[in-house]
Amino acid sequence: MTRAVGVDVGGTFTDLFMVDAATGQFETAKVPSQRGDEAAGFLQGLRAFGAVSGLGSIVHGTTVGTNALLERKGARVGMITTAGFRDVLEMRRRDRRQTWGLWGDFVPVVDRDMRLEVAERTLADGRIHQPIDPAAVQAAARALLAQGAEALAIVFINAYANPANERAALAAAEAIWPNAHIACSSQILPEIREFERTSTTALNAYLQPVVGDYLGKLDAALAVDGFDGPFHIVQSNGGVMSTASARRLPIRTALSGPAAGVIAAAAIAAAAGYSDIITADLGGTSFDVSVVVQGQAAVAAQATIEFGLVIRTPMIEITTIGAGGGSIAQVDVGGLLQVGPESAGSRPGPVCYGQGGTRPTLTDANVVLGRINADRPIGGALTRLDVDAARAAILSQVGVPLGLDAEAAAEAIIRVTNARMAGAIRLVSIERGHDPQAFVVVPFGGGGALHVGALMQEVGMQAALVPRFPGVTSALGCIIADIRHDQVQTVNLALDGLDAAMLDERLVAEATAARDVVESAGLAVERIDTVFSADMHYAGQTHTVAVPLPLSAGSTTGVTEAVVRTAFEHAYAAQFGRVLPGLGVRLVTLRTTAIGRRPHFDLTTLAPDAHASMALADRGTRQVWFGGWRMATVHDRLALPAGAEIMGPAILEQPDATTVIDPGLVARVDPLGNVIVSRQ
Amino acid sequence: MDPVTLAILDGRLTQIADEMDATLYRAAFNPIIAEAKDACHGMYHAETGDTLVQGAHGLPIFVGAMAFAVRAVIDKVARDGGLTAGDTFLFNDPYAGGTHLNDFRLVRPVFRGDTLFCWLASAGHWLDIGGNVPGGYNPQATESFQEGVRIPPVKLVADGRTNQDLLDILAANSRTPVSNWGDLQGQLGALDLGERRLHALLDAYGDAVVAAAFDAFSVRAEALMRHAIAALPDGTYSFQDILDNDGITPDPLTVALDLTIAGGEMVMDFSRSSPPTQGPVNIAYATTIAACYVALKHVFTAVPANAGCLRPIRFVVPDTTLLAAGPPRPMAGYTETILRLIGVVLGALAQADPARATAAPFGTINALSLSGHRADGARWVMFSFFGGGLGGNPESDGLTHANNPISTATIPPVEILEAAYPVLFTQWALRPGSGGAGTHRGGLGAIYEIEALTDTEVSLLGERGTAGPFGVLGGDAGALNQFTWQGDAGPCTPPLVSKVTGVRLRPGQRLRLETPGGGGWGPPGQRDPAAITRDRRLGYVA
Repeated sequence: MTRAVGVDVGGTFTDLFMVDAATGQFETAKVPSQRGDEAAGFLQGLRAFGAVSGLGSIVHGTTVGTNALLERKGARVGMITTAGFRDVLEMRRRDRRQTWGLWGDFVPVVDRDMRLEVAERTLADGRIHQPIDPAAVQAAARALLAQGAEALAIVFINAYANPANERAALAAAEAIWPNAHIACSSQILPEIREFERTSTTALNAYLQPVVGDYLGKLDAALAVDGFDGPFHIVQSNGGVMSTASARRLPIRTALSGPAAGVIAAAAIAAAAGYSDIITADLGGTSFDVSVVVQGQAAVAAQATIEFGLVIRTPMIEITTIGAGGGSIAQVDVGGLLQVGPESAGSRPGPVCYGQGGTRPTLTDANVVLGRINADRPIGGALTRLDVDAARAAILSQVGVPLGLDAEAAAEAIIRVTNARMAGAIRLVSIERGHDPQAFVVVPFGGGGALHVGALMQEVGMQAALVPRFPGVTSALGCIIADIRHDQVQTVNLALDGLDAAMLDERLVAEATAARDVVESAGLAVERIDTVFSADMHYAGQTHTVAVPLPLSAGSTTGVTEAVVRTAFEHAYAAQFGRVLPGLGVRLVTLRTTAIGRRPHFDLTTLAPDAHASMALADRGTRQVWFGGWRMATVHDRLALPAGAEIMGPAILEQPDATTVIDPGLVARVDPLGNVIVSRQ
Repeated sequence: MDPVTLAILDGRLTQIADEMDATLYRAAFNPIIAEAKDACHGMYHAETGDTLVQGAHGLPIFVGAMAFAVRAVIDKVARDGGLTAGDTFLFNDPYAGGTHLNDFRLVRPVFRGDTLFCWLASAGHWLDIGGNVPGGYNPQATESFQEGVRIPPVKLVADGRTNQDLLDILAANSRTPVSNWGDLQGQLGALDLGERRLHALLDAYGDAVVAAAFDAFSVRAEALMRHAIAALPDGTYSFQDILDNDGITPDPLTVALDLTIAGGEMVMDFSRSSPPTQGPVNIAYATTIAACYVALKHVFTAVPANAGCLRPIRFVVPDTTLLAAGPPRPMAGYTETILRLIGVVLGALAQADPARATAAPFGTINALSLSGHRADGARWVMFSFFGGGLGGNPESDGLTHANNPISTATIPPVEILEAAYPVLFTQWALRPGSGGAGTHRGGLGAIYEIEALTDTEVSLLGERGTAGPFGVLGGDAGALNQFTWQGDAGPCTPPLVSKVTGVRLRPGQRLRLETPGGGGWGPPGQRDPAAITRDRRLGYVA
């Protein structure tokens, strides 16, 4: 019962990582995901480790919520709003789909006839202008039920300032609502800005039945197999939560899987001695980048899933561009080579898969140049890749229009992709004021390690760290992640003449509530940390700066006007290079996070074993293109011993990924089994 | 030039401009920049001022106009000399740089050694710069002097020193000096960042390589635009539309285009448009070119945003029209005229290329200014633009409650406005029936209803009160713009349709703005019956 399993269910594969705390032994597994019946793939993967009843705990990174959002397969939601405001969800923030081009429309996740209004009003300062009539709320809820509503969202204007009307309406509706899929916006996001709060609350309701059903199926299947340990879900913020919390706040699972990958990369890098990293997850259709500074992943306050679908809840800031193994290369009418965002997907997939794909992709370019071993495709679904077909497609569709031969055209595809990936890395680093040269890049996913040299050189980074198991990094993250709960509360206070005692009281209440959620999660923790921050700005600005507040959790936080002011000016200067003395400062929103630190996961369990040796790892040589054909050494990566040093050009192969070591670079295997790539 | 390096530099240079945009949005003090993104940054040619690189998120209308602004600075330097690294010019002269007085431009040279490499520029809409109406949109101005203070290109920073005297003059001429100062700090921060990033890039790739890339981008944009034009059948396509009035007299004004396609080139001739007007709906020549650029970019979306794309186009815009007006013609309402102009370009292109015909967007920004005094005597000014529907198109119904094609502005939330100003919104809703009927109908406009909580002065500069946004290929026009308020003697409407100033509301009295939807695409009779049923069920039609 000491065995913990991390399960990451992705679009193509379900990846698993199991570690036994008693023996220190681990196992990985990879099974095909079963779209539409994810629970089946989930259980099949678990059984790879023997009887499921023998497992101690399971933490799960899921894309069920993400897919329901992207495919618009959520529940039928009813919404009750303040009179005059039922269209907020559909009116968005009056944006357009794109800067250039006027086509396309928007369909909200809650149809207009499923949004009903009731007379009520709260003012911006929290005063109740018009109280709620419970009978009117119940009439609206009944009407929505009659129209087939499976979940109910109640969203009133200015509820962030005073939730009384919303809570009264919720109580009235709960009395007649037949299920648990019911919430008001001040429960989900008590923060100013009605569209973002409405959208987040609506999308939460949209996911509640879907995620609830999915978790129900998993619970049932696990019970049949005799599993009775704790079962948790990874959140978009990189922390885990109980399934009870996930059922209540499914919106917090939107980036569950990718977030777990970032958490694992951060932990692996920290153990290897690197605290500032940029994670680079290259999959089939997308490239996900995030920044980790001093061991902490950058967290964004909101994300847009697609046009008009806004989720405002803390999420690991993951920037995605449409560049992946399946990205299609083409020459546009202006003569410029473009790679992606159009993707061949997994069907028909790259030309070399021989599944009917005719348009050349990044994977085809990697195959043509010998960087991917055509005889050992990753993932195990195919036995051999068709190099000739890939070469022909690249020559005719990219080479001929640009006047290049097949190899030069393939190289151009890779260079353009590298430039796009490098651009994404610069955007997340430079835009946040970080110099990428001070960071180590951590590539993972199926394809990240193929491009490690270019990512280093294009962005100017000094080194790269390729994790021991790049292809199951997210599953490992499920095991490593701490328990976390975020709370937010808009307060709208002037800093001048701050009532510190009142603020202290609110902070203590927020901290207590957040800790309660973490404590009730039922996983062993070593301690619970509480982190306070505030969104602040100069009076008159609308955007805010995230200000970490150096306060302590307990019966009092020690908050004072001076402490908050110093923290604000420090944060403002760090972002804008200047402070603006003499202007009023406002404290808009409080953010409180409780983090339950789980027992340390010992990454030395992943280290190469004593039998590993250069001889055992030797797989001979092969021709690989680096601006010209070069003879590269080929190695079985997992058989390499700690301390091994391999000069580029070289290829490191393992079942879940391939690492390319460019000429001029050197790969060293560190004591934990990571490959550290640097300049010779 | 090696196509791969070119692609890399394309991404890196655009990213620098994007970062400049992002810096200003986050640091800005007024919501017109911070939320409505009424700002723009880019790099401009050392000698010609032509646009080289533009941020992806900058206000579209600025993208075309900024080249003229930089050219005004180049002319100033040619006249007065004395340009050194770090100098920063500031101005808002619309006759020189396009748009209107609220838009302040900062222009800074980038030197490599002793050689001017290019210019960096930042434009942003400041909240108030004096004039008769808070916020600047004075619908009754007959000279620019009634719209605000006009600053020609002058040095804000010279020899490393900021001219405090100039800042003091600016502060003394605004109702919102702190907001303006804060925005200026944000713009300076954006320029600083752009300059640092550009130098680092030049150090890495070499000045000559980057300069060659600039040329190549321009050649590529020109090639793509020629390709797009060549795909259209030769001929002359004429289209015209009207503005309600100029805010002074009730006569409608014509914006007319004769668009000629001949062998890969395009002529855009606006000679048949109305003469310059007494009221503030004139625009400068620079603004007209910028508006054409915006319209073309919305149709030919793949053409990159630099000066090359305008080379295959010849413009005929006589200064005897309201589209090439000079000082002191008032221009505060420039947005309304360019929106009509963009619609006219869409209408003419719809004839040339019916497969891509796009019906008219709602076509007015509805610049609404509410102001008054707080209990402590402090002045408050709430200024905002409002949304409407986009036109039906081959792909879909028009987008509901969109921003205008000239902007990427988001609207401030009700909760932010109510927390900041003594107003109470009583409705914020879709406007049923406002989209023009069609096979693909127009997107819906909106209804905004506001109750005054204190004595409030109101002015509005809007349009589309007499002619709705047109449909194409047999689609119907969208609904008219409507503005009403409760007076002491009952409901009132503006004598000049959608333009009014000096309206006074007492606490408890309301105003109501109902904005147009977009025009329809294709005959309404061919609309999918399921879509018609759905429109009725959801109350999209009246």
